[in-house]
Amino acid sequence: MNFDDTPQEAEFRAAARKWVEANAPKELEAELSKSSLGRIRLARHDMVEVGKAWQKKKAEGGWACLHWPKDYGGRGASAIEKVIWQQEEGVYGKLTQPFQIGEGMCGPTVMAWGSEEAKRRYLPKLASGEEIWCQLFSEPSAGSDVAGLRTRAEKKGDDWVVNGQKIWTSGAHYSDYGLLIARTDPNVPKHKGLTMFFLSMKSPGVEVRPIRQANGMQEFNEVYFTDVVIPDSQRLGAVGDGWNVSLTTLMNERMSIGARLATGVPEMFEFCANLMLEDGLAIDDPAVRSKLAGWAVRSNGLKYTSYRTMSALSKGERPGPENSIGKLVSGTMLQDIAAYAMDLQGAAGVLTGDAEETVQGQFQQMLLSSPSMRIAGGTDEILRNIIAERVLGLPGDIRVDKDVPYNKIPTKGRS
Amino acid sequence: MNFDFSDDQKQLRDQARKFLAEKCSPKAVRAVLDGKAPYDRELWKGLAEMGFLGVAIPEEFGGAGAGHLELCVIAEEMGRALAPVPFSSTVYLAAEALLIAGSDAQKKKWLPKIASGEAIGTLALFEGKGNPSPKAIKLAAAGGTLSGVKKPVPDGAIADFAVVAARTGSSGRDGDVSLFLVDLKAGGVEAKSLTNIDPTRGQAELTFKNCKAEPLGASGEGWGVITQVLDRAAVLLAFEQVGGSDRALEMGRDYALDRIAFGRPIGSFQAVKHMLADMYVSATLARSNSYYGAWALSTNAGELPEAAAAARISATQAFQHCAKNNIQVHGGMGFTWEFDCHMYYRRANALALTLGSLSYWEDQLIDRMRKKNAA
Repeated sequence: MNFDDTPQEAEFRAAARKWVEANAPKELEAELSKSSLGRIRLARHDMVEVGKAWQKKKAEGGWACLHWPKDYGGRGASAIEKVIWQQEEGVYGKLTQPFQIGEGMCGPTVMAWGSEEAKRRYLPKLASGEEIWCQLFSEPSAGSDVAGLRTRAEKKGDDWVVNGQKIWTSGAHYSDYGLLIARTDPNVPKHKGLTMFFLSMKSPGVEVRPIRQANGMQEFNEVYFTDVVIPDSQRLGAVGDGWNVSLTTLMNERMSIGARLATGVPEMFEFCANLMLEDGLAIDDPAVRSKLAGWAVRSNGLKYTSYRTMSALSKGERPGPENSIGKLVSGTMLQDIAAYAMDLQGAAGVLTGDAEETVQGQFQQMLLSSPSMRIAGGTDEILRNIIAERVLGLPGDIRVDKDVPYNKIPTKGRS
Repeated sequence: MNFDFSDDQKQLRDQARKFLAEKCSPKAVRAVLDGKAPYDRELWKGLAEMGFLGVAIPEEFGGAGAGHLELCVIAEEMGRALAPVPFSSTVYLAAEALLIAGSDAQKKKWLPKIASGEAIGTLALFEGKGNPSPKAIKLAAAGGTLSGVKKPVPDGAIADFAVVAARTGSSGRDGDVSLFLVDLKAGGVEAKSLTNIDPTRGQAELTFKNCKAEPLGASGEGWGVITQVLDRAAVLLAFEQVGGSDRALEMGRDYALDRIAFGRPIGSFQAVKHMLADMYVSATLARSNSYYGAWALSTNAGELPEAAAAARISATQAFQHCAKNNIQVHGGMGFTWEFDCHMYYRRANALALTLGSLSYWEDQLIDRMRKKNAA
């Protein structure tokens, strides 16, 4: 048992480190290093612009989407090499945020289901950041139950005509392409009438509207489709097989190993070590210590769980299911930590902005943003279902709409 | 990165599991639970024959000379099987204290007997309520004899010898504490069994009356040794807790698959599924923290104090969580004496206090993290 690289891994790490050292945008290091709990705002730069520049440089050096085959813009690297790269990329990895959905979800789906021509046309430009992709799955009436989606695609000659609405689309406003799942047959049960497409976000009839979130920020969008035409050549998988295709995408979403999940623990530890309460430092208070210790072991537990996963990858083994706990643990922890930090601040805990009393409102921002951590990419409840069913082998829930044609499923509860 | 046990170590774990499945069935555990014997003598003998008792004891002292990682995988299986034997007191506490502070003669005298199963050892630390603290040590040492009372002492009523923490100074500092080695069969000590929440593991009160004792380690350095022993034992016990957590989770899962209510397996209800998923999360976090503890223990790393406290906290929480919700999943049947759930519940809550309470270890963790951050 050790944390050492194998000789090959060490060699790879040294090369990655050397390259990052020589090429990274050092002028952004300080700003990127500041903890922002997963949210990046650069004072003088446009995030997408600097992100694109970094991604392009990486692609030229052979460090973009490095676990992808070389033919499609990758490096043909192993899973553990990808993790090592992420470690060495360090804070600059935050610049890759606009490309993560493309790299992690859209790209793998095109790779698995696209024609050779499509793969050669789209994947290298996705890898180099020249073209950004978004994912058009969720709808206002289809979140956790994504197979219940309503957006329609109807065949007209060689084309499909799409009408409907998607929601929670990160980056739709700066994306060039989107991966779209739509209903092509409402007369069969919901999972059977779906088909997967990709389309240009510049297509006529596509309208992107930003959503103002509960935390006041705008990171997601609604996307409206009005008679949008998609050529049949942009279909991924068979007609009616969209659900099956979407599983490739969702599986990749949850496979993001070594993902940098913020827990809030380092920030909270530092905060408590410096906060003077009436009877002394917060960190000397038994109640504070107990909470802090509980969070610290959960945060450490996640870290060492990812080390176990990495060890399996390093040996060329398939990682176990243990990595599935990450978001479930960290989301709740962020929310709890924020609320407790504010509690320690007392009445001044309500202040945001530049208030000195609340360390620039760091925890206040965390409190307001944290609900999304428990929803996006699978709600806590869906994640528990996944653990219960796929890891523990418990039976699936009884699905009352499973064998009902989609257009016979009730759409309203209380009427 | 190779943050995992080796294939040999995993094989040892399988071997231990197989052995315990055969020799340490729930029925065997119940024999001790029901007071038919103070511990399972046959099992103890078998563990010695398998070489498990001396797995981390060097060969020159009669052990297998393997190491602490090997001991960790065995500990996990002991916890999973709720082994009703004085393994933790003898192997994690007494043997480790001897390995850290014992003279060559003391090691030669006791370690081979531990490995062969001839001697049961323990650590006599606590004196009534409270957590480990040098200030709490009142038992006095004078002229090579000890006088005072220790309780609770794990497996104290069946132990052949004890490492005893005694007061040798009055400065109010750590240096007041020294350790002594006492042959409990040589007279001068009265042992009384105490009832406790987990009758499958004994607890006792030891009364020392001018009892002859030989120093273990240098005078005034006892507290440092105790701290080291507790850290090592915290990691090893964490593996017992991880084994217990996993078993409690499996029992809950199996029951949820078998039990039908409202016309379907109760494991198909989200209320039950989510409870089991949360148990899996706790058990997974505990396992990962314990692996880190195992790494620190086996390499004698500077990180051991922090890693041990984290493993201890995580594993304590996980076992308590899994054991308690295992009963909940079982419903009324889980509250019967007949079902095994309560044996895990008892063990989980007993282990949670054995080396000092959760809040004590939380305190330790924060102190140690601060020390590291300051360095």
